[in-house]
Amino acid sequence: MKYRSVFDIIGPVMIGPSSSHTAGAARIGRTARALFGNKPDKVTITLYGSFAKTYRGHGTDIAIVGGLLDFEPFDERIVRSLEIAKNEGVDVTFVESEEVPDHPNTAKIRMEDSSGHVMEVTGISIGGGKMEIVELNGFDLKLSGSAPALLILHKDRYGAVAQVATVLARHQINIAYMQVSRKEKGSEALMIIETDQTVEEPVQKELSDLDGIHGVTVL
Amino acid sequence: MDFRTVAELVEIAESENLKISEVMIRKEIETTGQTREEIFRRMAEQLDTMEKAVQRGLTEEIRSQSGLSGGDARRIRKYIEEAEVLLSGADVLDAVSRSMATSEVNAAMGTIVATPTAGACGILPGCLFTAADRLGSDRETMVRALFVSGAIGYCIANNAFIAGAAGGCQAEVGSATAMTAAAVVEMAGGTPSMSAEAVSIALKNMLGLVCDPVAGLVEAPCVKRNAMGGAIAMVAADMAMAGVKSVIPTDEVIAAMYRIGRDMPVSLKETALGGLAATPTGRALERKIFGKTKE
Repeated sequence: MKYRSVFDIIGPVMIGPSSSHTAGAARIGRTARALFGNKPDKVTITLYGSFAKTYRGHGTDIAIVGGLLDFEPFDERIVRSLEIAKNEGVDVTFVESEEVPDHPNTAKIRMEDSSGHVMEVTGISIGGGKMEIVELNGFDLKLSGSAPALLILHKDRYGAVAQVATVLARHQINIAYMQVSRKEKGSEALMIIETDQTVEEPVQKELSDLDGIHGVTVL
Repeated sequence: MDFRTVAELVEIAESENLKISEVMIRKEIETTGQTREEIFRRMAEQLDTMEKAVQRGLTEEIRSQSGLSGGDARRIRKYIEEAEVLLSGADVLDAVSRSMATSEVNAAMGTIVATPTAGACGILPGCLFTAADRLGSDRETMVRALFVSGAIGYCIANNAFIAGAAGGCQAEVGSATAMTAAAVVEMAGGTPSMSAEAVSIALKNMLGLVCDPVAGLVEAPCVKRNAMGGAIAMVAADMAMAGVKSVIPTDEVIAAMYRIGRDMPVSLKETALGGLAATPTGRALERKIFGKTKE
């Protein structure tokens, strides 16, 4: 079921004019920002399909940038996000792609900061303000951003999943949904775990210290 | 208390002698683990936000950045007060003006509640506040009506779609109109089956409606489609209350909407490539607003 709660239908409270092209876009931007972990200095936003055709009219550009500045879809600062980004020294570039995407409302966001940290996130806006992150640095995934989630970058080898699951079990954290994605056998893999409980800092640290774990992000 | 279709929803409600709103509330409690009070309070807040948007649209000078929309909600309100004869009646026009009010606020980048989407955000509040005036409904009844429309929207969203880019305007304004008709029926004391009939009647009259916004903006024809969505929702609710039944069952109407949306060309699904967006005037407006056109 794509929509679980009555508030997915009666909601969100948001700044207009479009739930998919404004609110959903803002959520894609905000989730990308959370995955990146800090404010990017340079972003390149590639828009596909309906997003590419109508983004200016719907404020999709403004909304994604607002999200990248960590504004919620109902934050009135979204209306001035391009100006705020400029004042905060965030360099923003938009690219309109002619490529036909799998989903009509698709945005790819490439973020960089001065320390050389680079991340590429692709999100789709599925309607009514809901979105899904479908790609992260070339890994296919499915992340709704509506439940607490753990993203663990690890070496692709036996036991990685078991180690992580053991730590979560010890802290009484239940796994609601889990997926593992890899680009090629034996290289790096990405574990995405949606949990019922929030994952606190010490647990995150414990996971980071495990053998073969390259990075842990809590969303 | 789980349902995936309107038929299942009505079946649960009628076999357990519950209102649709109550079934939705119980399901929400089960799904989220939140208390009834929390869920009810949160929905009451959505109603407050809706009311503010309606009030803004009816009392303030609303104008979108492009200049394509704004002011019509107040124009109709004035007409209701001054005209000697109202051709479609004061209640329908009330719903129309209130639906437009929220929709105009949305186009002007104001704060609204997406019901189920922002493009269709005018219809539910427009009809809800009109019906409440007419029926003398209390706040609780109105909050409950939001759960009814949420239950219908939940079935439509999970079995078809609610985004214009995915299924055309029928998915967006069509869904909102159907959700609203069902909600108004419960407010008026109709049965769960009557709410389902109202959904069928309303949605059938929206089938095939394309999403063709001029210049890609949620303004023309969106604001007027919200207006007419409001009118259709009120009439569909009345028809269902009168005992009119749909020949095609509700879930099959929703399935038909889904298939029509799948068959709809991309040019008519929120890309501003076809329909009204591609008319000479639509193109001229687009050039005027953005300085260029999409081909």
